[in-house]
Amino acid sequence: MKAMDQVTITFASRSANEGFARSAAACFAAQLDPTLDEVADIKTAVSEAVTNAIVHAYPDCLGKISMRLRLYDGGVLEIQVKDSGVGIPDVDQARTPLFTTGGEERSGMGFTIMESFMDGLRVRSQPGKGTAVTMRKRIARRSGASK
Amino acid sequence: MPITVSSRDSVLTVVLSGEIDHHGAREMMSQLTDAIAERLPAKLVLDMSGVTFMDSSGIAVLLRARRQMEHTGGTLRVTAIPAQARRVLDAAGIGRLISLD
Repeated sequence: MKAMDQVTITFASRSANEGFARSAAACFAAQLDPTLDEVADIKTAVSEAVTNAIVHAYPDCLGKISMRLRLYDGGVLEIQVKDSGVGIPDVDQARTPLFTTGGEERSGMGFTIMESFMDGLRVRSQPGKGTAVTMRKRIARRSGASK
Repeated sequence: MPITVSSRDSVLTVVLSGEIDHHGAREMMSQLTDAIAERLPAKLVLDMSGVTFMDSSGIAVLLRARRQMEHTGGTLRVTAIPAQARRVLDAAGIGRLISLD
């Protein structure tokens, strides 16, 4: 499947960039004319994925996070958040609700929220090499939406 | 200032505002923890009317407040929850743990 449009943004794993990543994803999705609820879902899922990379991928240092936004035919938005950090030893365990290694500041609900707010979620990780989280959401075309 | 605190009788009302993500949650959590520890209220009301965005970092803030109130035998109520924050709380099933208006 060929992407109709694509943007990739690379930024440092600073928490100040969480808001930037959310807004960038929402801006890219705007061409699909999403509803306010759909925009909120996209921003929330991006926030969770980027926060995971900031908190877990690079626990003791700054690293690079790249966010690739793609648009496919049929109004499908794909968001991939990728890092070159420590990786996740057990992805299934990490995706379990309430599981966290992040202490009291984290709720362990990040993946659960990504799953419920997006239509598909794939997590690929290699310890020592990094993690890629790919999410998809179909935005229903509304009447009057531009192509 | 992400929180505004007012206290009457034994009720502490805290208005949360701004974006509650990992970046902002630490400061909010610290201010809220201090406000509860100083006043030891019987009832804590968290008013979320000023929250413009919240992710799971906000859940951690609420769960921390709940634990703190449980330690002192107090109760927690969360009110004026904006639609986006409500969706996050519902997806995580937080209504089973915390009283949400």
